[in-house]
Amino acid sequence: MAKQTKINWSKHSQLIVPLLSIALIVLFNAFRDPSFFSIEITTNNAGSTVLTGNLISILNGASELAILAMGMTLVTAACGGQDISVGALAAIAGSVFVKVLRAGEITPVTIALGFVACCVVAMAFGAFNGTLVSAFKIQPMIATLVLFTCGRSVAYWINGGATPTVESPLINAIGSFIPGVPVPTPILIVIVTAIVLALVFRFTSLGLYTQAVGINQRAARLNGINTTMIKLLSFMILGVCCAIAGVIAVSRLSLINHETLLLDIEMDAILAVAIGGNALSGGKFKIAGSVLGAYAIQALTITLYAMKVPSTDVKAYKAIVIILIVVIGSPVVKAKLSQLWKKIKEGKQGKEAVRA
Amino acid sequence: MKNNNLKRREPLTDTQLLMTITIGIFFTMYFAAMAIWGGGFLRWQQVFDMLNNNAALIIVACGLTVVMIGGGIDISVGGVTALVVMSCIVHMNNGGSIFTAALLALGIGVGFGLVHGFLISYLEIQPFIITLAGMFFARGMTTIVSLEPQKIAHEGFQQLMKTKIEIPWLGYIAKKGNLIPARMEIGVVIALLIVLIIFFVLRKTRLGRNFYAMGGNSQSALMLGVNVKRTRFYSYLISGVLSGIAGFVFMMHTGAGNATNAAGAEMNAIASAIIGGTLLSGGVGNVIGTLFGTLTLTTIKAIVTTSGLRDPWWQSITTGAMLCFFILLQSVVLSNRGKGGLKKMVPQWMKITQKD
Repeated sequence: MAKQTKINWSKHSQLIVPLLSIALIVLFNAFRDPSFFSIEITTNNAGSTVLTGNLISILNGASELAILAMGMTLVTAACGGQDISVGALAAIAGSVFVKVLRAGEITPVTIALGFVACCVVAMAFGAFNGTLVSAFKIQPMIATLVLFTCGRSVAYWINGGATPTVESPLINAIGSFIPGVPVPTPILIVIVTAIVLALVFRFTSLGLYTQAVGINQRAARLNGINTTMIKLLSFMILGVCCAIAGVIAVSRLSLINHETLLLDIEMDAILAVAIGGNALSGGKFKIAGSVLGAYAIQALTITLYAMKVPSTDVKAYKAIVIILIVVIGSPVVKAKLSQLWKKIKEGKQGKEAVRA
Repeated sequence: MKNNNLKRREPLTDTQLLMTITIGIFFTMYFAAMAIWGGGFLRWQQVFDMLNNNAALIIVACGLTVVMIGGGIDISVGGVTALVVMSCIVHMNNGGSIFTAALLALGIGVGFGLVHGFLISYLEIQPFIITLAGMFFARGMTTIVSLEPQKIAHEGFQQLMKTKIEIPWLGYIAKKGNLIPARMEIGVVIALLIVLIIFFVLRKTRLGRNFYAMGGNSQSALMLGVNVKRTRFYSYLISGVLSGIAGFVFMMHTGAGNATNAAGAEMNAIASAIIGGTLLSGGVGNVIGTLFGTLTLTTIKAIVTTSGLRDPWWQSITTGAMLCFFILLQSVVLSNRGKGGLKKMVPQWMKITQKD
């Protein structure tokens, strides 16, 4: 019995940190304002019944971050480094999407075409990053610094220097609500993406290979894994994630602003991966952890907003919470705490022994 | 015999090779610009302007070089710089003196350095996360200190800002016939001094050699008796202190505080260090290279503006392309080293004959 619980514990121990941080935020909110969690059913401007509330806005707002965190986890696991160009790449993908939509009338077919086009473009840029990392053996952060520097300018250039808008009920359906469905569409997109990724991992050995490459590249190669291909693939999957995130972000506002679209999201995405308990140096990974990490970050942000902290000051409080979380999760502190726990236990046993 | 062997084995270290390439490319680029566009490039003032505008960046990049040589990363530098600028200006506008402002700048830098160093080296948390949190905290604090842009009103400091070192023999004769001397700000002197000091520390002191040893392989450094934890701690402390000084220098250049001050300075500094031949993996790098890396980045921007590519996106696209070129060059050079591949590529008559 005890053994069984121990196995489960070690198998999911990675998820402790993100779950703990979410639990902390939830507890804090429960004490602060119990009505924080209320979900209301209201009627929006379009006349359809929708769900609103802080919980929904946390789930909704973290959609792009969650999707990017999924791809980032793969890249981190395979390459032992992070892609800092995801925000820029999402801006490029969004620009391509808008460019295609503005070429003609907006119909479901053109939206599908636009999505395919921006996926292809984002995959091409992802392959560029991946080539630098896998074939030229450059550290991921430096290789993606190139796209980080010029990505937003490329997005600017694609649309000829304007910040064009795309107005259509179809775009609104992607960005906010599909008429008749009470759940915001971005949440549904996250679920679909997660299911697709889960199926990929279930029916291919991509996950195992990625892990093998991340833990020991030479050993993986000697075992017949094409390490270059795995790394390239991880970057291309991240590219698709960027495209999806870009499309969601564009659809939310019905316009593309290359400067502000998903600004600084690369830092949050890396943070989500780290809070999710994945080693930033690669190897073992759990995508579920990163997604939970993404929701924890968003929950923290929304909590701070609910406490009427100005949006510009949120970063400072966020930093304190982040440091608290990582200090608690750090190996040294963990070891010290378990030592302390042992001592307390031993002390109790000793006392009992004395009494007996 | 023994001596001879040593000499033959190390004609150029990786550090020197990468630095030489950068310096070579910088001068080639600059002379090419002089030959093609002439004008401003022919004047010494152009060089001094580049230094004047980038004194703070040079200082920040020096600190980052030290951290990167030690195998870490510090992305909080831009945020700390902005925080120092804002708090010093608010302090002086509320009746503080220049001296206390300088102390404040140093104090903030030391504070960030101490916390980063402690958390990263003694609690063994990933440097990226900690310094990212540091950046968030600094940026958030900047807006908490003052959301509105501040302008300096302290008279003594305004005098200090206007004080420029004139170098008549590097000036040029204007159209009217009068000599306009080359002007250099005090910040540049500080920056160059810091470059020299860090160069000396890295080259001649035990601490400096320990940085290289730790960055090259921290495990072997530990076995050689290097106190790796303390060395790592010092590297972040140096980076923190230099960010504080950089903030003060930045303030002497602009004289105004804004929440978006030094935005993207961390990535510019990383790019400068990389172009200067520092590897993010640690163990390789040089501050002189970093200095030229900064100048190279600025020259690229100057060339783009002079050559008539006035669309706003060209500057960062060309910067990205150049960065890509440098990264690829480094990767190719380093991977061909030791294999003799580079020697085979060079034709026979170009080879430098080595006496055995």
